[in-house]
Amino acid sequence: MVTIDMEQPEGRKEGLRRMLTIRLFDETAEKRFLDGDIPGFVHPYIGEEAVAVGAIGALEPDDYITSTHRGHGHCLAKGLDPERMMAELYGKREGYCKGKGGSMHIADVDAGMLGANGIVGAGPPLATGAAFSIQYDDRDQVALAFCGDGGIAQGQVHEAINMAATWDLPVVYVVENNQYGEGTPVEKQHNVENLSDTAHAYDIPGFTIDGMDVTAVYEAVAEARDRADAGDGPTLIEAKTYRYRGHFVGDEEEYRTDEEVEGWQREDDPIETFKQRLVDRDELTDEEFEQLREEIATAVDEAVEHAREAPTPEPDEAYEDMFAQPAPEIQHFAAQFRADGGERGDDR
Amino acid sequence: MTAHAELETEATDRMTVREAINQALREELERDEDVFVMGEDVGVMGGVLGVTDGLLEEFGEKRIVDSPISEAGLAGLGTGAAATGTRPVIEIMFSDFLGVAAEQIINQMAKMRYMFGGKIEMPVTVRTTEGGGMGAASQHSGTIHTWIAHFPGLKAVAPGTPAAAKGLLKSSIRSNDPVFFFENKMIYEDSGEVPVDEEFTIPIGEASVERAGDDVTVVATQRLVGESLDVADDLEGDVDVEVIDLRSLYPLDTDTIVSSLEKTGRLVVADESPLSYGTHAEIATRAMEEGFFSLDAPVQRVGTPDTHIPFSPPLEEEVLPSGADVENAINRIV
Ligand SMILES: Cc1ncc(C[n+]2csc(CCOP(=O)(O)OP(=O)(O)O)c2C)c(N)n1
Ligand SMILES: [Mg+2]
Repeated sequence: MVTIDMEQPEGRKEGLRRMLTIRLFDETAEKRFLDGDIPGFVHPYIGEEAVAVGAIGALEPDDYITSTHRGHGHCLAKGLDPERMMAELYGKREGYCKGKGGSMHIADVDAGMLGANGIVGAGPPLATGAAFSIQYDDRDQVALAFCGDGGIAQGQVHEAINMAATWDLPVVYVVENNQYGEGTPVEKQHNVENLSDTAHAYDIPGFTIDGMDVTAVYEAVAEARDRADAGDGPTLIEAKTYRYRGHFVGDEEEYRTDEEVEGWQREDDPIETFKQRLVDRDELTDEEFEQLREEIATAVDEAVEHAREAPTPEPDEAYEDMFAQPAPEIQHFAAQFRADGGERGDDR
Repeated sequence: MTAHAELETEATDRMTVREAINQALREELERDEDVFVMGEDVGVMGGVLGVTDGLLEEFGEKRIVDSPISEAGLAGLGTGAAATGTRPVIEIMFSDFLGVAAEQIINQMAKMRYMFGGKIEMPVTVRTTEGGGMGAASQHSGTIHTWIAHFPGLKAVAPGTPAAAKGLLKSSIRSNDPVFFFENKMIYEDSGEVPVDEEFTIPIGEASVERAGDDVTVVATQRLVGESLDVADDLEGDVDVEVIDLRSLYPLDTDTIVSSLEKTGRLVVADESPLSYGTHAEIATRAMEEGFFSLDAPVQRVGTPDTHIPFSPPLEEEVLPSGADVENAINRIV
């Protein structure tokens, strides 16, 4: 059973709901970051919703994914709880990583979500490892790696694809070509016209698809998943999409024009076009859509309220989770920090 | 502060660490046509932390090169280019990403000269930023310089003041050896007086006594230099603290440390890297080997307690060493 059955009206509505959840979650995260509520970095997924929802929708719920630094969309599409995600963004103990990871490291291994990742290009080898253990145990799963247009310039991505191709591992690589890696446009980072051309080098199928169209993404990944599951190896899919916001919240975006951004938003918005399609097919009314929006907005606001109120971790928790079998050094150094009853942290 | 060459002027300007680094790059690009700067978003964006701001406009795309996101390629290209007549300054955005670049650094950049019987020069500089304090979590906050300093064939510097940043970066670029230049991201806005003479450089391998004192020596690096100086001010009247900015991790200025120890008899080493098998251990060992009979108390280490840097502010604050920890360490031995 796929995660979201986009062949059915109910599934399509669910797809729309998840895309809208991503948008509203990230619009809110952006605001709370600008307020100074959320520390660290936030990389919004706004504009790219169709890629995460289409791709993850076509997976089975217990399939694995690896994500990127821009991971909120992948998490929400995979069904992670906005409340625990927001708590993680706020650095709270109830967050998915007990506040240790933050926006860039949200993970929920039980849900098959092997982590957002602060290292560009690190996800594909990890997904390849998950695919290896699936093949090793003869399990009925696949792994899917998201990777950016910038990320596919990393050598380790290519090493992983070559291994998967050679060993027919059950993995799907989805390159989210949002036209930029930070401030550098894709054509200044790659010589190929389409990033899926790389597939030729490994003699695996490669497709470039419209990443603003959730159905197109869904169909391409469904086919790739079938292939992986049948033992026929990996597929490389490039989804052309667009990042509406800066690379991170606060990016001055001097490398592109407002007209460029507005053009994509006006003509290709993945949520607006999909919603319109459902309305045209009488599967949804404008009122229902507004109602959906309100429901989600309320849920996101509640997640923020909850995150604000949730307890922060105790400083001592910093020493936990390093090892399964703790190393005594860490406790020794921790104790030394507080030796002589000295105060800590007051001059920082 | 020591200067290499005869300077025409003793004048200084007040500037931040960020400005000092930018100025050093600018001056060396101007001075030597072979110098080029390459890295991710160093050009159009001027660097994610703004350090290379304005260089593209001044020196053009040939010399300020925005690269794909390919740290292994950058390290290898820098190595190959340095071996063949140019003088690359490679930026690795965050020092954690040196993990991606490791092969070319460890097996090529560090070893080529020696393996080839000294037949090539390796004039490559690798600039990278490290340190916690920004809520950037474990993959963007590490202090990994010990790893480079430990590896034979690589030099490593880690300035604590704007003047040291400028003088050492200029020396790194002029050096015919591979030098890693570690910038702490929390001190980019710290300001201080910096010599304006374009021939001002600081020799690699020289520490600097930033504040003289008789009771205890604090050897500090990067952010902890400034914080230790503040502690020294606070303790004035009670404890007379000498603060040394180590500046060079390798080669390490044992003489300056031991001379100070001979005067004070007590040593605190403050460096943000993890404590085990670290920079602290190297300094403590040299103090023991060369200054054993001057030591009146056990050497104290201030560093990160062998954890990664967590995201949540109270957790991050817990594991990051600070001035308060330097003060506690001083109090333990005076
Ligand atoms: C190994 C590594 N190099 C550099 C970075 C800094 N960095 C973070 S995101 C990013 C751009 C990534 O571009 P892309 O893969 O296209 O993903 P996008 O941000 O567009 O989603 C860079 C260079 C990093 N996090 N990891
Ligand atoms: Mg991109």
